Amino acid sequence: MSEPKADSTENATHPLSRRSLVKGLALVPLAAVGLPGCSAAASDTSESADTPGERYTPTFFKAEEWAFIVAACDRLIPHDEHGPGAVELGVPEFIDRDMQTPYASGDIWYMQGPFVEAPPELGYQGRLTLRDILRVGLGAADAHCRRQFDGKTFAALEPAQQEAVLKSAESGELQLEGISSKVFFAELLAEVRNGYFSDPVHGGNKGMGSWKMIGYPGMRADYTDWVEVRDKPYPLPPVDLAGRRG
Amino acid sequence: MAVMQPKVDAVIVGMGWTGAIMAKELTDAGLRVVALERGPDRDTQPDFAYPKVVDELEGSVYRKFLQSLSQETLTIRHKIGDTAVPYRQIGSFKPGTGVGGAGSHWSGCHFRGLPEDLKLRSHVEQRYGRRFIPPEMTIQDFPVTYEDLEPHFDHFEHVCGTSGKAGVLNGVRQEGGNPFEGSRQRDYPLPPNRNYLGAEWFYKAAREAGYHAYPIPASNASGPYVNPYGCQMGPCNFCGFCSDYGCLNYAKASPNVCILPVLRLRKDFVLRTNAQVVRVNLDRARTRATGVTYLDAQGREVEQPADLVLLCAFSLYNVHLMLLSGIGKPYDPVANTGTVGRNYSYQGKSAVEMFFGEDVQANGFIGIGGGGTTMDDLNGKQLDNGKAGFVGGGIIWARQPGAGPVRGIAVPPGTPGWGSAWKRAIKESFRHSFYYEVQGACMSYRSHYLDLDPTYKDAFGRPLLRMTFDWHENEIKASQFLTGKALDMCKTLKPKAMSGEGWKTGSHYNVTIYQSTHTCGGAVMGDDPRTSALNRYLQSWDVPNVFAPGANAFPQNNGYNPTGIVGALTYWAAKAIREQYLKTPGALVHT
Repeated sequence: MSEPKADSTENATHPLSRRSLVKGLALVPLAAVGLPGCSAAASDTSESADTPGERYTPTFFKAEEWAFIVAACDRLIPHDEHGPGAVELGVPEFIDRDMQTPYASGDIWYMQGPFVEAPPELGYQGRLTLRDILRVGLGAADAHCRRQFDGKTFAALEPAQQEAVLKSAESGELQLEGISSKVFFAELLAEVRNGYFSDPVHGGNKGMGSWKMIGYPGMRADYTDWVEVRDKPYPLPPVDLAGRRG
Repeated sequence: MAVMQPKVDAVIVGMGWTGAIMAKELTDAGLRVVALERGPDRDTQPDFAYPKVVDELEGSVYRKFLQSLSQETLTIRHKIGDTAVPYRQIGSFKPGTGVGGAGSHWSGCHFRGLPEDLKLRSHVEQRYGRRFIPPEMTIQDFPVTYEDLEPHFDHFEHVCGTSGKAGVLNGVRQEGGNPFEGSRQRDYPLPPNRNYLGAEWFYKAAREAGYHAYPIPASNASGPYVNPYGCQMGPCNFCGFCSDYGCLNYAKASPNVCILPVLRLRKDFVLRTNAQVVRVNLDRARTRATGVTYLDAQGREVEQPADLVLLCAFSLYNVHLMLLSGIGKPYDPVANTGTVGRNYSYQGKSAVEMFFGEDVQANGFIGIGGGGTTMDDLNGKQLDNGKAGFVGGGIIWARQPGAGPVRGIAVPPGTPGWGSAWKRAIKESFRHSFYYEVQGACMSYRSHYLDLDPTYKDAFGRPLLRMTFDWHENEIKASQFLTGKALDMCKTLKPKAMSGEGWKTGSHYNVTIYQSTHTCGGAVMGDDPRTSALNRYLQSWDVPNVFAPGANAFPQNNGYNPTGIVGALTYWAAKAIREQYLKTPGALVHT
C-alpha cells in the first residue's frame, strides 16, 4: 500500500443555492464522533471536515434538481451521533457522476418494448433508465411539494415535512405525475447507499467515512491472519482503491 | 452473404466450464477445435487483478463480470396464459458472459450428486409409492448413475483443487466428512479451509440438533496446488470478493485458471471472443448440424462449418439455441409432446439472519465463496419425505462469500431502511451478524417449461427465450419445512435477534431478489426420446452431431449446487465422444 495522499478532488465552485448551502453547513458536526477501528487522529482528516457541496459543480443535475438531491441525501442518511451523513461524505457528487455512467443510461438493462404492466414479482417494466427515473422522479416530487406546500420545493421544506414526503414515496402512497413514487424512491435510496458505501474513487464516501463508522476494512481483501480470531475486534482501519488509509 | 471460415472438427459455443472441458478433451483427442465466446476474453491478469477487481460498485452494481441483459435476456411469466415480460434487470439469477463464463464469478461450492438424487423418481416411487408423486410432477431419473459418474466427479475435483473432507472412502465412513455421501475412490485433493466464526458455530448448532455437520466442498484452494494439467492455484486469502467477482488470487477454480492456460498454448485450439452464435445450421432433413453462424465483433455474419457442434453456453441459452435452430421438437405442455424446453427447474433458497452483541466477531467481510459448513440430514434419503409431506430435500449451511456494505447490510426485523435508526442498526450489525441459508431441491412439472417468446426480441432480432415458472405447493412446503429447521438450529446460538422465513403459502416466484443462478433443465438427458432432448451422453436424440452439456440436462434439481455434476457430466460426455462417437459418428444410443 502506498502512503496516504491528499484528496485530489479540487473543483471548487458554488453550486448550491445559498439557502441549501447554509442548511447543509448547519448539519456539519462540531464534535468528532467516536468511530470504531480508527484513532481520533486518523478520523480527523481534512476530507471529513469538508462540505463537498461547496467544491463540486454538478454536471448532470440542474440547480433545482441538485438542491433536491442534497436535501434528500441529508434526510436518508443524516449526520447524527452514529456517524457522518451522506452530504458530508459527498454522496450528491457521487450521484451526479453516477448518472453519467453507461450503467445509469441502461447499459445492462433490457430496454426494448413493449412496456406492459406486470405483477411486481416480475420486476421493473418501465421505459425509463436509471438516470431518467431519478430526473423524472425528483421533478415530479418537487411539483408535488410545490402544490402541497405553498410553492415550496422539497429542499425548502422543514426536515419533518421532507421525511413525510419520503415515507409516502417509499410506501408508494405518494401519487406522482408520470412515475411510480415507489420506483423512484427505491432507486434514489439505492443510489444514496451506493454513494455512501462505495470506494471514494467514485465521488462519495469521502475519507472512507462510512467504512470507519461500520468498521469495514475496505479494500484490504486479505484476511488470512484473521479468519480464526474470535476474541478481539479486527484491528486495522480501512484502505481504499487508491491505497489511502482511513 | 456470410463470411465462410474453413471447416473444423468441432465448434464449441461458449467458453465457460463445459466449453473449456470439451475443448481440452477434444484437442487431447487430436481434433481441431474452434471456440466461440459471445463475451470478451478474460484472465486473472489483467481482468481480476487487485485492487481494481474488488471495486464493489463495479462488481455488484454495474455487474461488470455478469452478462448485460441489454443484448439478450429472457421473458418470464408465472403460468401458461399469462403474458411473459422481460427479465430487464439482473435479479434472481446471474448468467455469465466472457471467457470463463459463470465459472469465473461463481462462489466455488463443489458438490457431487447424491446417488439417490441421480435416480430420484425410482427412489421416491420405491420408498413412498407411485402415488406420492403428484401427477403434474414430471421428475425423472438421470440416465446415469453415481457409479458411472464417480471417476468424473473425482477428476473434476482434482482439476479444481477442491478442498474438503471425504465422508465415505471406498465404502468406509470417515470421521469429519459427510457420512451420507456416495462412496469416493480417494479424498479431496486439498483439506478443508479454515473456519470463520459462522462456519465454526455451525458445528455447535448442528450437534445440538443431532445433525452431522461437514465442510462444504469448496473449489477455493486451502493451500498451494498444481492440478493434473499442470495449472497452478494459490491459497484462498478470504478476500471477500468471490460471488460476482473473478478471483484475484488464483485460488478459486475457474476455466480461466484451471484449464485455459493449457488450451491457450495449443495450436489446434482457436478461441474467438465477441463472437455471438446466432444459430446452429442444420441440413435439410434437420438430422445433421453443418456448423454454426455467428456475428463477429463488428456484427458481420460468419459461418463456421464443423463436424461436431458442442453447445456449451449457459443452460438457458443452450435451450434457446436449440429452439431457434430447430434441433429436436419444441415441448408443448398442453399436448404434452416435444422435449426441447421441457422440465425447467430451479432452486429454492432462504436465509436466517442472526444478530449478536459486540463481543461476537462474526466479521462478514472475511469471505470465501465455497467455504463453510453444511449438513445432509434433511437431504436425499436421510429425509423422510413421507412424513415431511413433499418430494425433494435440501441443505442448511453456513456460508460467507464476503459482505461489503454496497452489497447490503442485514438489519434486525423492524428496522427502517434509512435515517438514524437504520444507521444505528447497520453500525451494530455489520461486524456482529451472520446468516445460515437453506438451499432446497426443485422438482420439475408439466407446466414449467421454456419456449420462444411471441413478442420480445433480442438485439440480433431473434425471439427471446420465454420461461414459464412459479413455485409449486411442493416447493413452498419444502421451503417452510427446511427454513423451520434452520430457525430451530439458529435459536440454539442465542442471537439477540433473528429473521428468516420460508415462502408463504400462495407466494410467487420473485425475479427481483437474488435466489440462485442454478437454472436447470429445458434440454434434459434421459433414456426415452419422448421425455428427454438428450440421451445419456448429452447427445441430441434428433441431431446426433450436437451435444449440449450443462445444467440444462438435469431432469430436476436437487439441494446441491450444480457445478460438480455439470463438470462430471461433461467429462462423461467427452469420454463417450472420444471413445465411441469419433470411431463411429452417429447416435450413441438406439431405441
